[in-house]
Amino acid sequence: MTQAQARKPVEGFLDNKKFLHPKFVANYGNWKCHDRPRPGVLHHVSHSGDEVWTVRAGTQRQMDHYTIRKLCDIADKFAEGFVRFTIRSNIEFSVSAEAKVAPLIAELEKNGFPVGGTGNSVSMVSHTQGWLHCDIPGTDASGVVKSMMDSLYEEFKNEQMPNRVRLSTSCCEINCGGQADIAVIIQHTKPPKINHEQVANVCERPTVVARCPVAAIRPALVNGRPSLEVDEKKCICCGACYPPCPPMQINDPEHSKLAIWVGGKNSNARSKPTFHKLVISGLPNNAPRWPEVNEVVKKILMTYKADGRPWERMADWIDRIGWPRFFEKTGLPFTKYMIDDWRGGRANLNASAHIRF
Amino acid sequence: MAKQPHATPLLDELEKGPWPSFVTGLKRLAKDKDYVVDVLGHLEHSYKTRKGYWKGGTVGVIGYGGGVIPRFTEIKNEKGEPTFKDAAEFHTIRIMPPAGMHYDTNTLRQLCDIWEKFGSGLIAMHGQTGDIMMQGCTSENVQPAWDEFNKMGFDMGGAGPSVRTVMSCVGAARCEQSCFDEAKVNFNVTNRFLDDIHRPALPYKFKFKISGCANDCMNAIQRSDMAIIGTWRDNMRSDEKMARSWFAKHGVNELVNDVINLCPSRAIQLKDAGTVSKEAHITAVQVSDSQAMEIDNKSCVRCMHCINVMTGALAAGKDKGTAILIGGKSHLKIGALMGTLVVPFMKLETDEDHEKLVDLAQTVIDFFAENALEHERTGEMIERIGLANFLEGIGLEVDANMVSSPRSNPYVNTADWDEEVARMNAKKAAA
Repeated sequence: MTQAQARKPVEGFLDNKKFLHPKFVANYGNWKCHDRPRPGVLHHVSHSGDEVWTVRAGTQRQMDHYTIRKLCDIADKFAEGFVRFTIRSNIEFSVSAEAKVAPLIAELEKNGFPVGGTGNSVSMVSHTQGWLHCDIPGTDASGVVKSMMDSLYEEFKNEQMPNRVRLSTSCCEINCGGQADIAVIIQHTKPPKINHEQVANVCERPTVVARCPVAAIRPALVNGRPSLEVDEKKCICCGACYPPCPPMQINDPEHSKLAIWVGGKNSNARSKPTFHKLVISGLPNNAPRWPEVNEVVKKILMTYKADGRPWERMADWIDRIGWPRFFEKTGLPFTKYMIDDWRGGRANLNASAHIRF
Repeated sequence: MAKQPHATPLLDELEKGPWPSFVTGLKRLAKDKDYVVDVLGHLEHSYKTRKGYWKGGTVGVIGYGGGVIPRFTEIKNEKGEPTFKDAAEFHTIRIMPPAGMHYDTNTLRQLCDIWEKFGSGLIAMHGQTGDIMMQGCTSENVQPAWDEFNKMGFDMGGAGPSVRTVMSCVGAARCEQSCFDEAKVNFNVTNRFLDDIHRPALPYKFKFKISGCANDCMNAIQRSDMAIIGTWRDNMRSDEKMARSWFAKHGVNELVNDVINLCPSRAIQLKDAGTVSKEAHITAVQVSDSQAMEIDNKSCVRCMHCINVMTGALAAGKDKGTAILIGGKSHLKIGALMGTLVVPFMKLETDEDHEKLVDLAQTVIDFFAENALEHERTGEMIERIGLANFLEGIGLEVDANMVSSPRSNPYVNTADWDEEVARMNAKKAAA
């Protein structure tokens, strides 16, 4: 296509009003309260007296168009033609009569879409692209997530946790999946293997040197060609050099492990927002169903479920019982790798005589 | 009918179990598309060898510098030809969704039609940047697919060192906690920065996330350079009828253990009815004939906990607006950073209020563009230059709300102390 024939794009962001359920338009900014008649259903009441029921269902996020069309058919036949998606890839159907809720749920479940993910349930995992599409993935996101949600299916459909549980997975240490109550993230354990033949052709060497958080990379001549070298004693195996320079091969089928982090909380409710903390690493990247990861995630969740008090998020629960008890109750080993030595890490040390026995 | 499928014994394992399976979806697409037959073969190879095989490159559409994520296969035979030739290219087009991710079915069907025709038929609702991810397209089909999306009124999302697609929560459309019109902010911010979204020219990415209250459903504080979080200044509202009905159902133990004891600033007390303070900053609500909750709105930090538990019985005040935090980001390079507070409160009612917010965003982005090093996020820039210098640079005054505590070390030159005190006092007097 030549420039002369090219269609000129129309830049601009759509007003979302035309995509809103009519009840949302009529009561925009005028809602009074909500309750949850059952897991997976939200019931909102407006100051005007209007009511709307919203049914939430889980999806696989990476959806074939047939799946989306099926969801549209359900929305047209059993709801009122409008849907929205949550940040965790759940779909929501809103209806203006309570009588429509039960048939809608029945139809969704008949078609394999679990209804739940509200309140103190385990919602769908917020996740990344993985082997399906990413250029730097250490693992596959969709597969880890599918196997996790299979094993947490009942926890999605019921509200039996102390408070809401948000999960994430990430295929590299950049952590695109985000902070979460439980996050599953790749943790590389070997420095990058450098393809010296390619570095000079594909990489802007000063950029790569600048990316390293610990200044472990230097320019070098290898076999007479300009390349890079890594001080392997300094290298923290983070993989930051890999995106700008694919010859810095960080991914390894054996040595790229999975780590699990807990206690991230986005909400300001009760405590300030928190980052998740490392509680176990070294789990194998065991495709296609990652049983070792699933076992640990489930163990942590079930311990929290049994021991957490109402409204305690994972972080609040651990704040009450303390980290020693967390490791004791979950049976996970506390190792020297959990002692923070990164910048600002002293803030994570116990500078007090507060000790739980 | 598409060509013969590759054997996918590992992926087949992901068709088992009750959760909806993306593999089953891919197989449905593979029935008609050779493209997806090879995508499945490609992915199975990753599962077998435990490695990824897509590399980036340069693919775009006319008029834009970003928004398409190019992917070329690295699985090749000894002659350098792609092993999975129908999936040699697997680009993604990022499309900005309507604010709050609301859709009507007609729109979704049209998006499906376009992607069935030009792409793989696989759509992620939504990616972590908040975009509709149209996954899987050949270089040749990127432009015609994009033209169709754009004709529907959709525009390209951000990628690379640019302003990224702005995300906002369900908001005023369906949430009683909403403190301002989130979709309007999303609309205004996006439309002001279209050029910075579509033609990446910043030091690094810049993200806006908009949450209507401190529950922060968009993870704005953890994940965005500019977090716009709803809050209010006046007293919390209450509804005695609903408070009484909550108490009748839940009782005094839950009121004490789940509400009062979990208040982070100990702003709530349980009192005998009739003994509650009459001071102006107190919200008092009777839960029974004998007992009342007394909330000290001067100590309340607007965390949302009690309102979450007793929705309707307690509610945000009426003098609503937003707080703004700058500098949230994930690990690379210096470690994950939360955004930090730079504006404790800003009214967001009139068009002028909204304009002021977007102007502030413009100032922040201009300062970032001028002062950040290459591949440095706002949080890292502020860490390097200090919050006080950043505030001066964007023309905001310091405020004690911006710190958890004042400095705990003496390593600062306070030679201009008197001038600074005089300046702050003059500001206070003028306000």
